[in-house]
Amino acid sequence: MFPFNFEWIWDMSHIVFMGGLWYALTILGLGMTYCIIKTIFDIYKGDSHHDQGHH
Amino acid sequence: MKQEQGHSKAKKFGMVIDLDLCTGCGSCMVACMAENNVPFKEDETDKLKSITWMRIFKFSNGKTYPETDVCYLPRPCQHCEGHGGHSPCVSVCPATATDYDAHTGIVSQIYTRCFGCRYCMGSCPYKARYFNWFDPVWPDGMEQYLSPDVSPRMRGVVEKCSFCYHRYQIAKDKAHYEGQTEIEEDAYQTACAQACPVKAITFGDLNNHSHAVSKLKNQPNAFRLLERLGTNTKVYYVSGREWVRRAGDNYLKAEWPKKTS
Amino acid sequence: MDSALIPNGVRRCSINKFMIALAIAGAVLLWGVYAMFLCWFKGLNQTNMNDYYGFALWIWADLAIIALGGGAFFTGFLRYIMGKDELKNIINYAVLIGFICYSSALLILAIDIGQPLRGWFIFWHANVHSMLTEVAFCLTCYFMVLTIEYIPLILENKQIDKVPFFHHLSHNMHSVMAVFAATGAFLSFFHQGSLGGVAGVLFGRPFAFREGLFIWPWTFFLFTWSAAAYGPCFTLMVTKITEMVTKKKLVKDNVVELLAKISGWMMATYIIAKIIDTYYWANVTAPSLGFNIMHFYSNNSFYGLWILFLEIILGGVVPAAILITEKGRKNSLARNTAFVLAVIGVCVNRWVMVLQVMAVPVMSFDTWALYYPSWQEVATTILPVAYGIILIMISYRYLPIFPQEPELNPVD
Repeated sequence: MFPFNFEWIWDMSHIVFMGGLWYALTILGLGMTYCIIKTIFDIYKGDSHHDQGHH
Repeated sequence: MKQEQGHSKAKKFGMVIDLDLCTGCGSCMVACMAENNVPFKEDETDKLKSITWMRIFKFSNGKTYPETDVCYLPRPCQHCEGHGGHSPCVSVCPATATDYDAHTGIVSQIYTRCFGCRYCMGSCPYKARYFNWFDPVWPDGMEQYLSPDVSPRMRGVVEKCSFCYHRYQIAKDKAHYEGQTEIEEDAYQTACAQACPVKAITFGDLNNHSHAVSKLKNQPNAFRLLERLGTNTKVYYVSGREWVRRAGDNYLKAEWPKKTS
Repeated sequence: MDSALIPNGVRRCSINKFMIALAIAGAVLLWGVYAMFLCWFKGLNQTNMNDYYGFALWIWADLAIIALGGGAFFTGFLRYIMGKDELKNIINYAVLIGFICYSSALLILAIDIGQPLRGWFIFWHANVHSMLTEVAFCLTCYFMVLTIEYIPLILENKQIDKVPFFHHLSHNMHSVMAVFAATGAFLSFFHQGSLGGVAGVLFGRPFAFREGLFIWPWTFFLFTWSAAAYGPCFTLMVTKITEMVTKKKLVKDNVVELLAKISGWMMATYIIAKIIDTYYWANVTAPSLGFNIMHFYSNNSFYGLWILFLEIILGGVVPAAILITEKGRKNSLARNTAFVLAVIGVCVNRWVMVLQVMAVPVMSFDTWALYYPSWQEVATTILPVAYGIILIMISYRYLPIFPQEPELNPVD
């Protein structure tokens, strides 16, 4: 799973496969982090205008 | 395995089984179970849940009397090499709990790594892999005479024939203490090969020209099971009977005599 | 009593009726939970699986559930990436159904493995060459995506929405939903595919084995395609059932017909590819390994050519033919029949690619293995259905799943 694991080899299979996994996890993590941080900012900004629809 | 000698050629441990000698007595099955601490239940009527690392298949030529003929075929794990070390089971294990050892040709099974997904069992065409559906329960006192060299398995993991790998480790240690670099042919023999009363099973290093198996496998009547699938197994079978050799693989009606693939 | 939690503009049944329905589903759930604990504490000897049938009902259920849950990723892809705006009226339900399907699949996997406490080994000691590893990774990540897609729906509950943090969080998550949907589509492509790969790479099992493209057997692409094609049919079928139970129209016809049309064309193209693949396998691949096609469909008491007919004709050609025609889509009986046949078709396909693979002997002197599940297996397979019904009931009651519901069912 990680480069320091016993089975890890720096070959194409590991780079592509694990790279893909970490890429997906990073996008999800960054996406949620962005949402939460923006939410905190929105609250502290004292958002007075309402959002233009949720969809 | 990592401490393997670098200078000598890689070993390829394998078997040659003479099907014209095998009587189906089952000594190999019993010896294997005893040697490898294979668990059993009180009620073993459900053969599909019995763990038989070595298993004897019985099949006939399908003819009626007086032309009926029967063959007993001992089937251990075939230790497939596949293409370049990609055995059907090794490629599919999600937790790397099974591995093809290029130095010995043996497919190992790591019981403490296996989490029992049974994908390897699905991939094996020889049905050589067995799952521990139950926890082992040894009859009173039997723990005293389990083999100390083979770890018992708990329920939920897959096990299979290891070509008595612990005997290889013991032989290697012995050779090391004696200052030898090579293992003698009879220093490492599987329990089934030793137990066979008619010496139908010959075991050794297929790559070592001084070992009997390397000559026996080149006989014209030698064949491997399901060769056409590309499993590249280590167990050769020998039979003078054509119908037995034909049963070793699958052929379309028009294909026998054997098509060389 | 709980009217404060019910969305505005819609009517719901009395709390008592709701609780009774919950209790019935709950009883079935508890039966499943009991069986689950039996399997966990006593071991897999509680099942009728054996050494010839290492994969059985549970693995079939996993594959079928995930294929049926494919409506979530595909509808999300159509809505957020392809811009099919009308699908916003069904996407919430598709996500909910997907969430239920994937959480169920993960639960069944946790019961199915021999050593559940070692389940994390598939991540920690991953074999990157195994299709099952890819399945586990992508399934887990995609389940995270579905959770992320479901959370805004929960946050839109009337009371929860009053909390400013949740209100803004829900809005912000919606604004980046396309990113999550795209990631979900990417992950789904791979895990739906690898589930096909699980069968297709088995070069020791000629019934399952397929040639392919690089490391991917053709079943990889067929499974992704069929999940995208049949998944929406399951979403639409469950929507129809929900409408029947609630006695309300919840989604407008144009939305249903659009998704049905896309699904129909996906099915049509898939079934052509499937027929070509089956033909090639039957006439080239299997014979090259020494097998005549009838080897896989004869000399046993269950599997015959009828299953091929059921999967491809009844479960593929017929529903596709209905849904690609406007007349078929507009006729509600034909349309709903198509949905049911499609669901059956994909379930049969997953059955064939798991259980028939296990059943077929490979060595010429080996025997067919047949199997029927134990009650524990049946109970643990029905467990996710009960759980799904409960979650749908609760979500439908308290969350604004169907945006068109107030318009279609005005409350006086």
